[in-house]
Amino acid sequence: MSELAHDPVTSFVDEEERARARRELRNRIGKWILPVVVFAVGILAWDWTIRINEIPHYILPGPGLVFQTLIQDRAILLDALMVTLQITLLALLVAVIGGAGLAILFNQSRLVEMSFYPYAVVLQVTPIVAIAPLIFIYVESKLVGLLICAWIVAFFPVLSNTTLGLKSADHNLRDLFSIYGANRWQRLLYLQLPSALPYFLGGLRIAGGLALIGSVVAEFVAGAGGIGSGLAFRILEAGYRLNIPRMFAGLILIAVTGVLIYAVLSLVSHLMLRKWHESAIKRES
Amino acid sequence: MEMQVSAAESSASRNKLLTLHKVDKVFGRDVVALRNMSLDICEGDFISLLGPSGCGKSTALRLIAGLMQPTNGFIRWEDGRQGESLSVVFQEPTLMPWATVEKNVWLPMRLKGISFAKVRDDIREALNLVGLSGFENSYPRELSGGMKMRVSIARAMVTRPKLVLMDEPFAALDEITRFKLNNDLLQMKVKIDCTVVFVTHSVFESVFLSDRIVIMAARPGRVMQELKVDKPYPREEDFRTSNDYAAYCRAASQALKEAQEGPRQ
Ligand SMILES: Nc1ncnc2c1ncn2[C@@H]1O[C@H](COP(=O)(O)OP(=O)(O)OP(=O)(O)O)[C@@H](O)[C@H]1O
Ligand SMILES: [Mg+2]
Repeated sequence: MSELAHDPVTSFVDEEERARARRELRNRIGKWILPVVVFAVGILAWDWTIRINEIPHYILPGPGLVFQTLIQDRAILLDALMVTLQITLLALLVAVIGGAGLAILFNQSRLVEMSFYPYAVVLQVTPIVAIAPLIFIYVESKLVGLLICAWIVAFFPVLSNTTLGLKSADHNLRDLFSIYGANRWQRLLYLQLPSALPYFLGGLRIAGGLALIGSVVAEFVAGAGGIGSGLAFRILEAGYRLNIPRMFAGLILIAVTGVLIYAVLSLVSHLMLRKWHESAIKRES
Repeated sequence: MEMQVSAAESSASRNKLLTLHKVDKVFGRDVVALRNMSLDICEGDFISLLGPSGCGKSTALRLIAGLMQPTNGFIRWEDGRQGESLSVVFQEPTLMPWATVEKNVWLPMRLKGISFAKVRDDIREALNLVGLSGFENSYPRELSGGMKMRVSIARAMVTRPKLVLMDEPFAALDEITRFKLNNDLLQMKVKIDCTVVFVTHSVFESVFLSDRIVIMAARPGRVMQELKVDKPYPREEDFRTSNDYAAYCRAASQALKEAQEGPRQ
């Protein structure tokens, strides 16, 4: 009797659990397989379009030729990649230090925030292509110029996110800190900075991509290179010479770099938050 | 049987800890959260503030905690400043999600500049007292609501404060957990010999826990009446089922009702 009463319940739960497991498996496979399938279909379509329409390679090269160029020109392209990467990472570093530092400064002094935050916004909303030429007039070193451009683009998300995060500490916790007589440094160190960490990391992920965009755009503006020519310059150069396959190869490298930067920053963020933050916690169902 | 002194009697002989004298609190121009509240808090008291929503219970607690200043009247600590000897438990557990249980409990001492190693044993003991031994290194998200509240209580008790302020700490818990925590709280109060001011909506909770029940009314928030619960500590679970308890609950409910409606003709 009790068995009978019990049985439907267990089998019901089992069914639900099994459905959940199936769903999860499907999600996991889908997450990897689907993009790969789309990628393969895209490449094939690209290839076929060129073959069927007999498009000449100096107008649109096929995927095979682009890949070949990527291998053939690897010396030039990798050198260029290193330059772009160096500028991007340096700019990101300065953006993190500058952005987070400014956010802390703003947080500590309302007066400073009111005075300077509007100008941070102005800097952010003015397109970098419009500012860059001016920067290259006044800054001797091309490297420094590129760095400044990339920084201008990248620092704002770090600044605005961290600013928001520093203000978002739980108000009961803030009261608790007052009651226990915390001074402002203790408050900053033990309460505000940990509260701001998830926000900061969110800003960092955006800033990573923007630093790359900033350095590429600045390179386009800076034009003819000489020493230390990055990917953007190589793409421009290849364009002048109608070396379309190399343009594509450079473009692919930039895209891959962007994805890698995003992936690495996401991983860092996950590792730093996985112990406690909701965003990093996997829940059942 | 020295424990058998009646609560009222002992309260008379106790030292005064803190006085609220004709305290008003007005928010903005005309929101009178509290009007003319006077209250003597003596060492060892367990005072419940009982009243409907919006009658200024939290406001009174925040005034005592020094989080804001009265509009009129004053609050005086008999031994000078409150300083070290005050702690608070809010309705939410209010833990730092990025810190482990033991690091959360460490907070009041950390803010006094005391290293963790120095107070590790105190922290262990406080966690043991609330029944959380073995969870020292868990993160808050791994705990149930009741367990989080226990951490919050451990954090309030670990410094052995003179006065503990609690703002509806158990309101969000189920009744079984709440009864258990009521019992544990009383044990702890006796053990570390502290004074408690406890805000609650629940008549039953206030009778079981406190020796003084301050009954309040809203609009404007004010004190209507004070009831004494003449039952010595430690109180055990069997108090809940006693006739005395039922009688006190009836009296408190009646007083609360009168406070809201005005006395019956
Ligand atoms: N910071 C504030 N600013 C303006 N008005 C406030 C503020 N805090 C409380 N009040 C008002 O004061 C009155 C009393 O609020 P209080 O929070 O003390 O009530 P309470 O008795 O704790 O209610 P509850 O049981 O719902 O928590 C309410 O009318 C509330 O709107
Ligand atoms: Mg309240």
